[in-house]
Amino acid sequence: MLDVLQLSCRRGERLLFDDLSFQLDTGTLLHVRGCNGSGKTTLLRALCGLLRTDQGEIRWRGQTLQSLAEDYYQDVLYFGHLNGLKGDLTAVENLRVAARLAGYRCGTGAIDQALARIGLGGYGDLPCRMLSQGQKKRVALARLLLTNAPLWILDEPFTALDVDAVAWLQDHLAAHVSAGGLVVLTTHQEVALTSGQIQRVDLDNQKTASMKTPC
Amino acid sequence: MLTVVWCILERDLKLALRRRTDVLTTLFFFIIVVSLFPLGVGSEQALLRQLGPGVVWVAALLASMLALERLFAADHEDGTLEQMLLTREPLPLLVIAKVLAHWLLTGLPLVLIAPLVALQYHLPAIAALAMMVALLLGTPILSLIGAIGAALTLGLRGGGILLSLLILPLYIPVLIYGAGAVTVSMIAWADTQPYFLLLGAFLLLALIFAPLAAAAALRIALE
Amino acid sequence: MNLNFKTLQSNWFHYSSPATFYPLAGKLLPRFAVAALVLVLFALYWGFTQTPDQLGGTNPQKEYYRIIYIHVAAAWMSMWLYLMLALWSMIGLIFNTRLSFMMAQAIAPTGAIFTFLALWTGAFWGRTSWGTYWDWDPRLTSELILFFLYIGYLALHSAIDETRRADRASALLALVGLVMVPVIYWSINCPDPNQCAALHQRSAPSQIDGNILLAMLAMVFGFWMYSFAATLARLRTLILVREVDSEWLQEWLQ
Repeated sequence: MLDVLQLSCRRGERLLFDDLSFQLDTGTLLHVRGCNGSGKTTLLRALCGLLRTDQGEIRWRGQTLQSLAEDYYQDVLYFGHLNGLKGDLTAVENLRVAARLAGYRCGTGAIDQALARIGLGGYGDLPCRMLSQGQKKRVALARLLLTNAPLWILDEPFTALDVDAVAWLQDHLAAHVSAGGLVVLTTHQEVALTSGQIQRVDLDNQKTASMKTPC
Repeated sequence: MLTVVWCILERDLKLALRRRTDVLTTLFFFIIVVSLFPLGVGSEQALLRQLGPGVVWVAALLASMLALERLFAADHEDGTLEQMLLTREPLPLLVIAKVLAHWLLTGLPLVLIAPLVALQYHLPAIAALAMMVALLLGTPILSLIGAIGAALTLGLRGGGILLSLLILPLYIPVLIYGAGAVTVSMIAWADTQPYFLLLGAFLLLALIFAPLAAAAALRIALE
Repeated sequence: MNLNFKTLQSNWFHYSSPATFYPLAGKLLPRFAVAALVLVLFALYWGFTQTPDQLGGTNPQKEYYRIIYIHVAAAWMSMWLYLMLALWSMIGLIFNTRLSFMMAQAIAPTGAIFTFLALWTGAFWGRTSWGTYWDWDPRLTSELILFFLYIGYLALHSAIDETRRADRASALLALVGLVMVPVIYWSINCPDPNQCAALHQRSAPSQIDGNILLAMLAMVFGFWMYSFAATLARLRTLILVREVDSEWLQEWLQ
């Protein structure tokens, strides 16, 4: 489904990865590993089509991202470092905007349900700036419950989450992969899958010895 | 497609209503700048009548500039801008929604306050009307062109100053015909028509090209 | 730059890589510099000794008109270089070639200098012929706006730390400027749409004395050569800075 062919990327003077290739089929979780500054986020953003790589191409269902343009985004959910929440809007309002941007409408009922499932029932009407760091993260993760995109690209989804939320997220990711979805994520946690497979990309090994930074 | 425009518009207006100071700051900045000029150049009626149109327009340029810095910056800081880039709607459309919200919050108040400013500068009622029409046509152009600059300078140190350096020269045509219309209206109302037509033409062109350029600039800024 | 393009048309893409362009620029640079020096000296000599000592018929401009050799040539260069800047920016944005962005970046300071020179000499000319250093003459005003556009380009480029974003963002700005320049120029020239009359006196080239034209053209070509030389010199520095860790440069330096 998602094919990456000989991807190279440099940022400034640093070569982040070179000649990187992998293929992901349905029901796969790709775990991108590497130390800080090894280009994990860059790779994820490249997979989202947010940045142009110097060489190589990325194909989704056999078509390049350039030719797909905006059509690609109905199949993708990206979860970045920033939660993408407006502090002055309530959790429900934030999620409603996020859902509309992603191209589907969902009623307040569905959003309330999602918030309840992620352990934030009753917090829906509070402005997000009143929530704690972990709670904000949970609100942002509630997008995973509202989407039907097959490809999830998640940058460090586990940080700032407590044990319960981590367990919930792991289950949810496993369920998505079991149902034939694709997940690309960076994390220091291991995710156990009941079905489907896990692939790993180690960005530290991508570099030549001289470029390698100690970590 | 239009639901997304409406969604962004509704969100930005809602946010502004919850933080009213941002809107009021721009408006009062405009009023203060306009009020300072008579203190600097003297309050002789004939002089003020002559300076009025230009002063109002320069103040409008600066006020619009001041607010533009935040146009994309707030969304950039909390990550919502990134989400907007990852939707299946065309980005220029979302830029139009953002700019429309921005204009409703910062441009429209200037249009509505114009008669008050006209009073300060002893302008006749017909000139106040011309000023309102000119501002109504001109301030959206300022927001549209400014959006390009706001996108280019997104997240930079000293972005606000840089933004004015980049964008103010591009505002010159609007300044010339906007102020010209008000001046001419005091002599003959019929002669204002070409000014308004030109401003209208600029508005249409800006509406077509500026969102495209701003969208491209946003993609560059978020790489 | 389009001179390079013509001579190298057959293997254009060969020279679009910094590795092959760097030595070529080094070879061409001294030639352009010598040509610039010769042409400018010739133009000055011709302009000061071989041309009539006044210009125009009914209301002649006296000796001071000789500033035309610098003023007009600088003004032409300033506009032409902005076009080149925008052209290389466009090529860079379309083909995503590093060298095009470097070219644009190398052209900008030279363009800004010529714009400033045109304004400066314009002020001197204005003082002697109009009795004021600055008049809101449409052409001078347009030149001032062009100066602002150059400054904006340079400021934006230097404000962005990441080279790639700096290149692409300022290239986009150059293109926006290119679209806006005619509108700005036109609005300055015609502030009252009810009656558009050009304020600046116009002169047809055929009416100009042959010797004056010769000196002026020699100066323009001299400035051209200078622009090539200065741009290439700056380009070589840019290549060195940006490609510092590339293999070809390491080999070349050894």
